[in-house]
Amino acid sequence: MLLEVQNLNVYYGAIHALQGVSFNVEEGEIIALIGANGAGKSTTLKTISGLIRPRSGNIVLRGDSITTLPAEEIVRRGVVQVPEGRKIFAPLTVQENLEMGAYSRRDPAEIRQSMERVFKSFPRLKERLSQYGGTLSGGEQQMLAIGRGLMARPRLLLLDEPSMGLAPILVEEIFSIIREINAQGVSILLVEQNALMALSVANRGYVLETGRIVLAGTADELLHNPLVIQAYLGGH
Amino acid sequence: MQRVATWRRKGLGRLFLWGLAALAAYVLIRNLVTNPTLFFQQVINGLQLGFVYALISLGYTMVYGIVRLINFAHGDIFMVGAFVSFYAISRFQLNQVPAQIVGGLSSNISAFLGTILVIILSMLTCSALATTVERVAYKPLRNAPRIAALITAIGVSFFLEYFAALEFVFTSDYINYQRPFPVQVWDIRGVKISNIMLIIVVTAIIFLVILQQIVRRTKIGKAMRATSYDTPTARLMGINVDGVITFTFALGAALAGAGSVLYAIAYPQLIVFMGILPGLKAFVAAVLGGIGSIPGAFIGSLIMGQAEVLSAGYLSTTLRDAIAFTILILVLLVRPQGLFGEPEGEKV
Ligand SMILES: Nc1ncnc2c1ncn2[C@@H]1O[C@H](COP(=O)(O)OP(=O)(O)OP(=O)(O)O)[C@@H](O)[C@H]1O
Ligand SMILES: [Mg+2]
Repeated sequence: MLLEVQNLNVYYGAIHALQGVSFNVEEGEIIALIGANGAGKSTTLKTISGLIRPRSGNIVLRGDSITTLPAEEIVRRGVVQVPEGRKIFAPLTVQENLEMGAYSRRDPAEIRQSMERVFKSFPRLKERLSQYGGTLSGGEQQMLAIGRGLMARPRLLLLDEPSMGLAPILVEEIFSIIREINAQGVSILLVEQNALMALSVANRGYVLETGRIVLAGTADELLHNPLVIQAYLGGH
Repeated sequence: MQRVATWRRKGLGRLFLWGLAALAAYVLIRNLVTNPTLFFQQVINGLQLGFVYALISLGYTMVYGIVRLINFAHGDIFMVGAFVSFYAISRFQLNQVPAQIVGGLSSNISAFLGTILVIILSMLTCSALATTVERVAYKPLRNAPRIAALITAIGVSFFLEYFAALEFVFTSDYINYQRPFPVQVWDIRGVKISNIMLIIVVTAIIFLVILQQIVRRTKIGKAMRATSYDTPTARLMGINVDGVITFTFALGAALAGAGSVLYAIAYPQLIVFMGILPGLKAFVAAVLGGIGSIPGAFIGSLIMGQAEVLSAGYLSTTLRDAIAFTILILVLLVRPQGLFGEPEGEKV
């Protein structure tokens, strides 16, 4: 088991945002975490990354608890998040953004190698290396956000709504790159509102509703589940 | 309606500002024409002061950029730097150490090396003090409301001043500073330029270039910029934000430490409250330039230096200190983001 999330309870002041969330990610899987606005998807990812501390519950990575580790240590152990809304460092160049992704790594040769691999997936970034992050288009920013995440050499990539605000053709491109990344051995926890897309690339999925996991199953099961069809696939 | 009213208020503010600028320009040009020698002398004096302010104000602006805290104790750290250099020179003759180690140095070179040694000592002391203050006083309040940290900063400021005034620490009296080298003055067509002035400008420029290189090129400098822009995302990169904050305090204090030695050399009288006014003025310079902006702090400081010296020279010497706060109020009214600041930070 790569990642086990056990009975997480997270509060924002009095708001009980995660109410006993449990799920797991096996080595090599793509897991979709779907849910409506405010369900707690981003909160789940931030808690795994160590930005938010749970009041109770446990997060276990390959048998070791990472629940109380500082965020930078969690990155060093290979759990890397690409946050919602891309969160590119606008006043840093594309190259500097990528370098920040590799912050926890030391070997310059290996880092350059990773950067070349990122350029293979996103050739457009290479043309824009010295451009400021804030001047990229939305689609390019999403590519940079994912590329920056890959620079940390993740074992588990947490993607928070990578398709948000992108034109359909770009969504296709991003999802095919997600498949590619997974094929290279990176496990992926994919948070999406676009449930159809997410479940079409995922092995398994979980449905989060107001802080609770209400459904779990293989991607196929969820795609054919009447509740999922009703609530997340537009009723078709 | 609301929009019209704001527009009109802004228009009036602008008109007022332009009027003030025109008046200032008139006074300056008239004085430039009637007595150019005096005018250039003033400009030179203002430049000297401005470069010292620049070294102080960078600490304010960098720390604000990262933790959104106005570190009111910064001016007092500056004061400690000046006192440390005083004791190093007058008690321990640190400035003569190079001459003792290497025999046969010319007196100029040994004074030069000795001064560098004193500056380095002050820089290190200020860095150590600032990072201690950060650890002890500010870090526990990282997630508290901002006003709590601000009040703490004011408290630390008082603490440093009155602690330094104790007899077994520094002293509560004025003391005369002993310069690590003798003053030389050159007269260029009536305008007096001292070696102190040249040393201040050159040293300050060297430090500014080094700082710029650190922030632009090094890994920690890039991490500083990333953290300043978006702290949570910086943490997602694996950046140790606490380390970056500590480094920022150390860097800002080191610059203030260097500035404090230069300041004491130029204005050789020390008192434990000596950091208050330069600190406040450097803070105004940072606000004027756009707080959080490094080039802004630099340009703002040069403007502050000129504004202070010229208003003291041509309007009234008592205006000297008031001018800083007049500028602060004007900036906050007309352009609160300062010259180089973004209208609204991305800060979450
Ligand atoms: N910083 C915060 N302070 C208070 N409440 C918060 C905070 N962040 C999130 N919440 C609340 O926690 C709940 C879960 O939010 P979260 O951002 O995890 O939802 P989400 O599933 O990611 O939604 P979306 O699809 O809109 O991104 C929401 O009710 C939200 O209002
Ligand atoms: Mg979200």
